[in-house]
Amino acid sequence: MSETAITGVTEAAPEQRPASVKPRAMTLNMGPQHPSTHGVLRLELELDGEIILSCRPDIGYLHTGIEKEFEVKNYQQGVTLTDRIDYLAPLSNNLCYCLAVEKLLGLEIPPLAQWTRVMLTELTRLNSHLVWLGTHAIDIGAMSVFLYCFREREDILRIFEMYSGQRMMTSYFRIGGLALEPPRGWQHRVRTFIDAFPAKVDEYEELLTNNHIWIGRTQGVGYISLEDMLDLGVSGPMLRAAGLQWDIRKSQPYSSYEKFDFDIPTRTENDVYARYLVRIEEMRQSARIVKQALEGMPEGRWTADAPHVVLPDREKMKTQMEALIYHFKIVTEGFRVPAGEVYQTIESPRGEVGYYVVGDGTTHPYRVHVRGPSFANLQAIPRMVEGTLIADVIAAIGSMDFVLGDSDR
Amino acid sequence: MLPESLKEQAAAASIEAFDADALVTGKFDRGELTLEIAPEKVVRVCRFLKDERKFVRLSTITGVDRYPEEPRFEVVYHLHCLDGNERLRVKCRLPGANPEIDSVTSVWRGAGWYERETFDLFGVRFRSHPDLRRIMMPDDWEGNPLRKDYNITGSRI
Repeated sequence: MSETAITGVTEAAPEQRPASVKPRAMTLNMGPQHPSTHGVLRLELELDGEIILSCRPDIGYLHTGIEKEFEVKNYQQGVTLTDRIDYLAPLSNNLCYCLAVEKLLGLEIPPLAQWTRVMLTELTRLNSHLVWLGTHAIDIGAMSVFLYCFREREDILRIFEMYSGQRMMTSYFRIGGLALEPPRGWQHRVRTFIDAFPAKVDEYEELLTNNHIWIGRTQGVGYISLEDMLDLGVSGPMLRAAGLQWDIRKSQPYSSYEKFDFDIPTRTENDVYARYLVRIEEMRQSARIVKQALEGMPEGRWTADAPHVVLPDREKMKTQMEALIYHFKIVTEGFRVPAGEVYQTIESPRGEVGYYVVGDGTTHPYRVHVRGPSFANLQAIPRMVEGTLIADVIAAIGSMDFVLGDSDR
Repeated sequence: MLPESLKEQAAAASIEAFDADALVTGKFDRGELTLEIAPEKVVRVCRFLKDERKFVRLSTITGVDRYPEEPRFEVVYHLHCLDGNERLRVKCRLPGANPEIDSVTSVWRGAGWYERETFDLFGVRFRSHPDLRRIMMPDDWEGNPLRKDYNITGSRI
């Protein structure tokens, strides 16, 4: 039997090919339902055998018009939209939006609220990195890491639930502080989790860091130069794995990050393995921050002293006329925010999140633009995968850690 | 013309020295510097800011629709200088009829998708953009959703 008969493939003779078809080039659609794209990303790959000749990302499948919706909601209602942008890091988005509007209002946030914000956004970073590590490992073939990661993620989600009543769409940060007083007994819950966590990170590392298959699949894969990344707008752990020590938490501290002691991990290898090591170290650093927040948590109010913005206590509403009036005004029409524009950035688990808020003096934002880190990072995919093997695409895009909700909005 | 209050802002003063016609106005508000640039000079000024003032990162590009005012559209660029840890907002105003501006993809490649998004959602055209297509909405979509006169009530049949 000839080889052709076995494989069922007959190679067309060169003279029979139409002139427009390149020899041996094949177009492959990866996604939008491919399991390793974690959402609805479509990559149009042009292949020569297993080598990628060109890659065209196609996004927008998850576009939900969130920026438009901001314009018909009042400022406080906008917080709930920010959860749904990057659904793996809802509190980071809450924080950035609140900081932007608070900057417009000129509000001073009390220390307790600032520290709680720091603690919860760092738990969010752990949460997001755990999902990333689990799914990234599963893509490359390491099944069990996923189960370990989701075990710890469950504990974090329980802490979020304790604070806000929600596991994912928390909306716990509000303009002017926090939505509710921190729940009774939170110290114990957070302490139990964070004391045990560094040992859990050791477990993940034991499974992966010296694993021959893991190293074989990740080392030297997904390289893209630092110059290219800066030119394409990439931010976050991707840049840190290429040796650039830039973290907005250090360079432009917000919400009292300047009072915390932590390091910015960097690597210089600039491959999938380096990004893995950077994120693992970031988890350890986040755990350090949470611990400091736990131990040094200040006392006091959890909302700013701004009766025209923050809803009054229930008790005051029953005894004070002004409180009742403010409550009525805030609930029925919202609070007015002075005209102006601000651009607030924070370091989310994926990189630089930016909120550009334009106010026109009314109770609704005139325009809100969200700079999602995933959007910019995704632009770098073609540069990263062109010329490499198709199997490496999975590892490369996994190392990017994007969320399609964040890029499509 | 550079307002008197901005004379101390190094970025503003250097643009004024580089091309006095380019700078329309500017303001420094809530710790953020905004410079309005003449639309026809945007590539020239951005190139200068990147090469001479080290604004190596383009953080984002977006639009604002001031309907029914004229000039109706603002194209807003947020730049970031890593060395000096400095952020700058550059703004260009465009007329409501046939808004067009030169693409800055030749300065930062990362501008590509942001300009596509602004084109898609505001209908601002970017001249000499390598691949100006819709990015969020389907290719056959009519209208530009982030314009203020875009109908958001009722359904399209």
